[in-house]
Amino acid sequence: MTAEIGHFALILSLCVAFAQACVGLLTSHTTPVVNVMRRGATLQSVLVAVAFFCLMWGFIQSDFSLALVQGHSHLAKPMLYKISAVWGNHEGSLLLWVLIVALYGTAFAWLEPRRTTRISDAFYIRVLMVQAFVSVAFLTFLVLTSNPFARLIPPPFEGQGLNPVLQDPALAAHPPLLYLGYVGFSLVFAQALAVLLAKDKAHEDWAALMRLWTMVAWIFLTLGIALGSFWAYYELGWGGFWFWDPVENASLMPWLAATALLHSLMASAKRDLFSGWVLLLAILTFCLSLSGTFLVRSGVLTSVHAFANDPARGLFILLILAGFALWGLTLFARHFPRAPEDTSFSLISRESTLLIQNIGLSVATATVFIGTIYPLVLDALGGGKISVGAPYFNSVFAPLLIPFLILIPFAPLMGWGKGDAPAAAKRLAGAAVFSVLAVVALYIMRPTPPLALAVMGAALWVVSASINAWRQKIQRLGWQGISAPAYLSHIGFGVLIAAAIAASVWRSETIVVAENGQIVHIAHYALRYDGVKEIAGDNYQSEQGQLVFVNSGRRGQILHPERRFYDAEQNTTTEAALAQDIGGTLYAVIGEREQGKQVLRLWYHPFVNFIWIGAMIMALGGCSALRKQLKK
Amino acid sequence: MTKIFLTFWMLLTSVNAAHALSVDVPLSNPTLEARARVLFHELRCPVCQNQSIDDSDADLAKDLRRYVRQSLVQGAGDDDIRLSLQSRYGDFILLRPRVAPSTYLLWGAPLLMLVFGLYIGFRRKR
Repeated sequence: MTAEIGHFALILSLCVAFAQACVGLLTSHTTPVVNVMRRGATLQSVLVAVAFFCLMWGFIQSDFSLALVQGHSHLAKPMLYKISAVWGNHEGSLLLWVLIVALYGTAFAWLEPRRTTRISDAFYIRVLMVQAFVSVAFLTFLVLTSNPFARLIPPPFEGQGLNPVLQDPALAAHPPLLYLGYVGFSLVFAQALAVLLAKDKAHEDWAALMRLWTMVAWIFLTLGIALGSFWAYYELGWGGFWFWDPVENASLMPWLAATALLHSLMASAKRDLFSGWVLLLAILTFCLSLSGTFLVRSGVLTSVHAFANDPARGLFILLILAGFALWGLTLFARHFPRAPEDTSFSLISRESTLLIQNIGLSVATATVFIGTIYPLVLDALGGGKISVGAPYFNSVFAPLLIPFLILIPFAPLMGWGKGDAPAAAKRLAGAAVFSVLAVVALYIMRPTPPLALAVMGAALWVVSASINAWRQKIQRLGWQGISAPAYLSHIGFGVLIAAAIAASVWRSETIVVAENGQIVHIAHYALRYDGVKEIAGDNYQSEQGQLVFVNSGRRGQILHPERRFYDAEQNTTTEAALAQDIGGTLYAVIGEREQGKQVLRLWYHPFVNFIWIGAMIMALGGCSALRKQLKK
Repeated sequence: MTKIFLTFWMLLTSVNAAHALSVDVPLSNPTLEARARVLFHELRCPVCQNQSIDDSDADLAKDLRRYVRQSLVQGAGDDDIRLSLQSRYGDFILLRPRVAPSTYLLWGAPLLMLVFGLYIGFRRKR
């Protein structure tokens, strides 16, 4: 019965969203309509939430008469994974997607009029109208092609279980965070369209408003991607943190575009510059989110993220993407360019650095895009099957990254309109000397490929120069100077890049076929292998290896790398054992048994944790920017 | 049927184990081993989902790793190994696509876009 209520609520929410979209599109923009839109958005959220929780209830109760629950759950599964399995499948994750679209709409509907009185009724209505259209598109998709509430008759006694790789606490947080990011750009898109629809009558600070919501989505997306990367690192069992997998690329593209958008919005909010470009970028960012959904959900790609292999669904998402892209770009073409913009900024100025940054990030986005779809397109054109993998992206990105990293610390020091380059250079000289010395020292201490070393030097330069500039700001302004979103995010980015390079080029690895009692050496550690125990988990059997540290301050500590076999799913996962120290992470995995001996694979990844710490610092910088903007 | 297949498979692997251990034994020469590692990262495991043979546990990936190491020991150059694997498995196995007419666009695009972007962005500033 709950399932039918959920299904009904879902169909009702489609009707509400459709009504809301029509009202917004067709009626005059008066105050009563504002109330209709606000209530519509709220009702829509409530209805989708009802559907969502009905589905969750089905999972909690292990109601195997629901095809979705039967296909992705199992009685023996722990409760946390029963709940997070709601979005561990195609239909459920789309339901989550739709819920977040509705919630963003509702948040805008309630927060914006209170926060600022400056947005006009027409603008308000149009934003909610576009947002409602996004809801309509995805709710239709859900109801017509991916009904989460389909029943099975007769109901089986047991479920098929969830892909064991997904049975991890991270599944509870990674998809919601990622979707809060992706989907947040629908609201940014809605605002861009509202600005375009208003022609010249958009309120003046639309850019500040758009920046606020872009920032919210960006923070979530940053955290979501970072969590996904961390999850892949410890779960997949081969110690990588970024694979340039098409699915990862699909999340990286909107992130890159949104980062460009955040920066160019600064110029728009401050000096009314780049507004055409900003609106285009806002439209493209949402389209990239949609194409990410298409790539992941259509079955064009195979990966742990792709649950469904149904071409009809892929086609539907492609149509949604085409519809919104066409709508956005047509409006853009019709209403832009407006009056010629004020371009009276000098070559050495904040505006110039933001422009170069935007060009760099756009090229990066396009490069990821081309690299991701090139094999698909080439194959479709009969050019044969090729692979575009990590070696391609690494070798293209490294040289691209260096000049932009070098530029980063200059940007916040440049004045608007005209910057003072010598003064900035003077303030950054100390950091420049430091990073050059660091590169020389690293070169002497550890063998490093020159290109990697150059990128790392540039990243260290970003970190040291930003820290130094921040310090100077605090000296100048006292504790008020502590609020420095740009420095914080730039430090985070530098830390992330430096750590990624360090963990890749300085990693050490040992593969041995060990006997009981054998000593294994990795980096500065020695461990004794003490055999494998069989243990039983909630819904799996595990072979648990035991590795004891025999040197260093960790002497006597034990690592337990595991291989788990899940009966229900007939699948094996590797559970790596990790040990952290100041300089990096020891990563141990057990492999197969060979003639009574055990295959052990151990890595030491220097500074690998700083990749995720760097991402968190970036997100913190975003929060700090949000706080600063809300205060105004 | 499964049983027959399994027995057959066990026979195969035990024969294999007689002349070479089926797990990874790193080469004793560190220069060769380093070259092997670079190659592993550049070769795609043909039966996996977007994994290089360095990352994969699949039997084919193991065989390919052994093949690469053996070839290196026999004095083959990196390009010889890439070519021989490419002739057997096609371009698909190369994670770093060859520079060929079909991939000119792929390799050239980043630089072209950068130049184009800078031109558009700064054409009015001179």
